[in-house]
Amino acid sequence: MSDENIRKARTHVSQSEALIFERSSPGKRGSDLAPLDVPPADPRRDLGPDLVRDDVEGFPEVSEIEVIRHFTRLSTWNYAIDCGMYPLGSCTMKYNPRVNEYVARLEGLATEHPYQPLELSQGCLRILRDLEKALLAITGMDAVTIEPAAGAQGELTGLLLIHAYLQDTQGQPRKKVLIPDSAHGTNPASAALTGYEVQNIRSDASGQIDFDELRRLATEDVAALMLTNPNTLGVFEERMAEIAALLHERGALLYMDGANMNALAGVARPGDLGVDVMHLNLHKTFSTPHGGGGPGAGPVAVKQKLEPYLPVPVLAEDSEGGFRLEVVRPKSVGRVKAFGGNFGVLVRALAYILAYGPGIRQATEDAVLNANYIRKGLEGIYELPYASPSMHEVVFSDARQKKNEVSTIDIAKRLIDYGFHPYTTAFPLIVHGAMMIEPTESESKEECDLFIDALRSIAGEAATNPALVKSAPHTTRVGRLDEVAAARKPVLRWKA
Amino acid sequence: MRYLPKSDAERRAMLDAIGAKGVEDLFRSIPEGFRLQAPLRVPGPLAEAEIIDYFRQRASENSIGYASFLGAGVYRHWRSVVADSLLQRGEFLTAYTPYQAEISQGTLQWIFEFQTMACQLTGQEVANASMYDGSTALAEAALMAERITGRHRLVAARSLHPEYRQVLETYAQHAGLAIETCPYAASGRVNADALRAAVDHRTAAVVLQSPNFFGAIEQIPAAAEIAHAAGALLIVAVAEAASLGLLRPPAEADIVAMEGQSYGLPPSYGGPFVGVLATRQKFVRQMPGRLAGQTTDAAGRRGFCLTLATREQHIRREKATSNICTNQALCALAMTMHLTLLGRQGVRELAEQNLAKARYARLQLEKIPGVEPVFSAPTFNEFAIRLPRSVRMVNRDLLADKIVGPLPLGRFYPELTKCGLVCVTELTAREEIDRLAAALARILAIAGNGEPAAAARGATAREG
Repeated sequence: MSDENIRKARTHVSQSEALIFERSSPGKRGSDLAPLDVPPADPRRDLGPDLVRDDVEGFPEVSEIEVIRHFTRLSTWNYAIDCGMYPLGSCTMKYNPRVNEYVARLEGLATEHPYQPLELSQGCLRILRDLEKALLAITGMDAVTIEPAAGAQGELTGLLLIHAYLQDTQGQPRKKVLIPDSAHGTNPASAALTGYEVQNIRSDASGQIDFDELRRLATEDVAALMLTNPNTLGVFEERMAEIAALLHERGALLYMDGANMNALAGVARPGDLGVDVMHLNLHKTFSTPHGGGGPGAGPVAVKQKLEPYLPVPVLAEDSEGGFRLEVVRPKSVGRVKAFGGNFGVLVRALAYILAYGPGIRQATEDAVLNANYIRKGLEGIYELPYASPSMHEVVFSDARQKKNEVSTIDIAKRLIDYGFHPYTTAFPLIVHGAMMIEPTESESKEECDLFIDALRSIAGEAATNPALVKSAPHTTRVGRLDEVAAARKPVLRWKA
Repeated sequence: MRYLPKSDAERRAMLDAIGAKGVEDLFRSIPEGFRLQAPLRVPGPLAEAEIIDYFRQRASENSIGYASFLGAGVYRHWRSVVADSLLQRGEFLTAYTPYQAEISQGTLQWIFEFQTMACQLTGQEVANASMYDGSTALAEAALMAERITGRHRLVAARSLHPEYRQVLETYAQHAGLAIETCPYAASGRVNADALRAAVDHRTAAVVLQSPNFFGAIEQIPAAAEIAHAAGALLIVAVAEAASLGLLRPPAEADIVAMEGQSYGLPPSYGGPFVGVLATRQKFVRQMPGRLAGQTTDAAGRRGFCLTLATREQHIRREKATSNICTNQALCALAMTMHLTLLGRQGVRELAEQNLAKARYARLQLEKIPGVEPVFSAPTFNEFAIRLPRSVRMVNRDLLADKIVGPLPLGRFYPELTKCGLVCVTELTAREEIDRLAAALARILAIAGNGEPAAAARGATAREG
């Protein structure tokens, strides 16, 4: 492609690579085990013929170099943070420091078994303690569990805590959870898993929760409000403390979805704003790698009154500075995952926090600076449905481009040709044709400028040559895929 | 700060472009009283070298230098440096969920390969792109069974991993799903008569683990018959995936929930691991989690995309099959790479080595006077032994020999206080097994002679 407006990217050769099963040929192998130093087994004799399989049919047979090339070629078909800006709103795709990968793999950390004796686990437990203390300092909360494996499991845990607390102190868990119409889909799904009925609550003209509506809906049936702050429009809920006070007055609790904590770390603390329970996404704010979809970690921080209900085990410190794991906690909501938290992810998050120290505030400031800089650069070009100040992300819409039948998804796909990952499309649901942009602090001024130039150029194309935008991307290995066919007749595995 | 790509001059220029006097202008929507005035009280900033020092120091406070016989759902297996180096390619490590298929074909294709291998291993027809771990995969399988059958009771074997059982209880409690426990027989397997008696027309699913928590390999076809006769589903949990290199796959099960940690993931003090959820084709629309499917673009080129998303929370919200969003993708990739390296021959050899080593260990340990087998059913790489003393006390003595002994079963089963679960993998050297046998013989002999164990321990305990 010879488009002079595209400064960040050029096309290049992309190697083809079949499925690993199609590359297989009998008798090849990619690894050897060390020879056995005990007498060999005879599975059929030792276990009986009924319990033994012949073979794992269809498994690949390839050599080591073929394994290397297979996965290396596949990797080159991906976009990644290491390639450039990944401005997915509400996903916080920031730099993943390499030292974090290194320390998570150390012998003595990666090698440790969750059931080994406590006296041989003090190093692991001290890491968890140091992380817990740092998370409490950042959130302003009183206690934390690091057990949940991801944000959604954190939500589930937080709601279980609310359920248990209300049951215990009010004799009933109440029936409903209030969730703003701008919330992530995990919020209502987690509420449903906890047996709560979901009551949606609308946003007002400023993009914040409608306080009068809240006053009306916060009845004695309501267990909690789940609020993301800043919300998914990137707007800070300015009446947060009043909201908390209203809920508390009505005997309900305030849950904060911490997905957007990257706008607050070091600047403001949810604990000070009246939040009772919140989760953090360590794979967002605290830079643990997304890895193509996970793993994550979703610690849940609470105020003291909810501490007795935390999932087991709970980390405790004895007077001599030793650590132990408490498993007998009569009021606990139970266990949400076997073997404790995603320790390897927690190690990476602590390494991230240690690298910044109190300077984490600078990261937050840069994230908010980048979002506002991009907002300024695109104002007047794209429709800004809410004029409220932006924090770490900004939401535009495709309203102007829609006149030429160019939609947010088309603009997003065209961004790929310019060398960028798309922003989040069509979310939050309250903005029709949403373009949700979160640059994070990891982008330089130069990368932000290139991104602004790209989106301005695409707006021009949408006006003069909409077909070019609507048929994008033009430079990728495959074009837009037939998702309808994929869902109508699902092919979910290879077969010989 | 090395992670932040801006000079102060650039920050100033950006603020000027925005028309902001200072960065504090950008936070004006946070009421002033709630803006932090003092720096956060967190340690740091640390240079890269200091971060490494901190974690090396922590690592030295753990179990380096000890031989370990712990398994119970977390296994120490060989991991290739090939997989680990590929895994650290930034294009895998630092990519997001592959919603934008055109620039995520790498991730989508390996997920498709992962789903295929998960089916091949488990004997099932369809598998998703991963769950958090084996325990949550099992909990989701139970909720799935409730949706499929419209029934609200589970019959779960007591030999199911106790922590899986706890997680199952956590998830089941608000889904109106009652859990009845089925005892184990003298063989260590589920008590088939009790199972038959417990299952009826109200049962949504029978839940078994194989090999179960005691290491005993269950008879899946027989359990399936009992479940299916009552119109219930059979859910099989697999906590030791390496066993499927030689064990007959649980093909008769309706849902398989597996922990894949054994293939390519370190124990890492409990996570991150990888949950595998596999089932029959006809249940695919009741599955939780992401699925990658094959399709084509307008030019007819093969490609992959996420599919059947109408099951998921970002589309269906409170009506979704689950709240799961983030999964364990990178761990699933580690498993895919590792299985590819092992290949058809390697998975079998790995399993056979485990069987051989465990058999050797069992023979050595059961030779020791006072050490007896607890159960009679065939086992894979774990087995239970009964000691004449509390396993906890014996383990305390073993630490002096730099050995982490068997898992005390009394921790979860009060009736089995003198029983321990021994795990031996291909990485356990014969010399370590011999050392365990010798130390155990010595400790039990001393205790048998009536000397207080503490005195016997005294001389060497400090070194441990």
